[in-house]
Amino acid sequence: MGMLSKSFTYKAISEALWQSNPISKQILGICSALAVTVQLRTALVMGIALTLVVAFSNLIISLLRNHIPRNIRIIVEVAVIATLVILADEFLRAFMYDISKQLSVFVGLIITNCIVMGRAETFAMSNSPGRSFADGLANGIGYGAILCGVAFFRELLGSGKLFGYPVIPESFYQAGYHNMGLLLLAPGAFIMIGLFVWLEHALLKDK
Amino acid sequence: MENLISLFVNSVFVGNILLAYFLGMCSYLSVSNNLRTSLGLGLAVTFVMTITTPVNWLLYHYLLAPGALAWAGLPQIDLSFLKLVLFIATVAGIVQVVEMVIDRYSQGLYNALGVFLPLITVNCAILGAALFMVERRYTFVETVVYGFGSGVGWLMAIVAMATIMQKLRYADIPTGLQGFGIRMIVTGLMAMAFMLFSGITL
Repeated sequence: MGMLSKSFTYKAISEALWQSNPISKQILGICSALAVTVQLRTALVMGIALTLVVAFSNLIISLLRNHIPRNIRIIVEVAVIATLVILADEFLRAFMYDISKQLSVFVGLIITNCIVMGRAETFAMSNSPGRSFADGLANGIGYGAILCGVAFFRELLGSGKLFGYPVIPESFYQAGYHNMGLLLLAPGAFIMIGLFVWLEHALLKDK
Repeated sequence: MENLISLFVNSVFVGNILLAYFLGMCSYLSVSNNLRTSLGLGLAVTFVMTITTPVNWLLYHYLLAPGALAWAGLPQIDLSFLKLVLFIATVAGIVQVVEMVIDRYSQGLYNALGVFLPLITVNCAILGAALFMVERRYTFVETVVYGFGSGVGWLMAIVAMATIMQKLRYADIPTGLQGFGIRMIVTGLMAMAFMLFSGITL
């Protein structure tokens, strides 16, 4: 653990997952974070898609970093990211059609997701390919973790299901339990993220 | 005509691009501290969205959609997978042109909007509106109304938020909730208010 925890990659990863989580600390990528969290399944797929896009865009941009002219770098970065997003979008459409329908335009919007662009600009442009790839993975997972956390509560409390399977026993409903429909609507997502951030602040302060 | 009016009302309130579809959150969260800047950015977004969404409609329907290249004698070609790249390039290009035109012809407007125009390229509300326009199969006129309505909706949301944040300065907010947390919760409450318009049909 001693060697490991000192290595650069480890530090980069733990930072992305916890101390500076892209969503709750840096407030990046909120746009798509909220829309896909009505169900755990869509949140998970979105998290995976974004993780792969960030990781590979970091890798490719890091490989190209010495050949990209400084003043057109933004265009090059957008081109790389857009290509990867199109790949992800076409893949989902081919193999997971119903989920791709539910995610609708939000897979495409990964292009304008500030996390991807931010990592490419601040990390991949100045670090080796291996580190950049790890950093991309970690940021994607940090993002996916919040997404799944929010989706977990929204699906559980909003429709009494997890991954589409009912988990709240029938007897609860007979005893007068109701699903909280508000959580399935847009306001539920905002309030849920707000509470998540509160919880995380409280936990980090204790340390 | 009636359906255009109801499309407009819907895109401003019930289907508000920020509060119901969560688009354009990044700049919304970073700018909504200050009423003047919020107003400036909101106007710039409305302006750019009203122009880019119809332009993207034309490009999509005459270049990319399945069979769109029939006018060039290539009816079987389907380039719709390129729409993401084309839309983002169009937005970036138009923002640049708009910036230059405003700079040349209206110094006052340029001073008010100038700083915000480059920011808009990465505003996902604008790309989102273009993608929704394709997904919902709007006609050209509907697209114009939808682009304008979404812009107005975004403007209203950010201005309302800036006003609320100014009032909240005097509130006693729990420490952990200060900053980002309270913003999300206020936005949630605002989203609820906007949703109440869903009962209205014209």
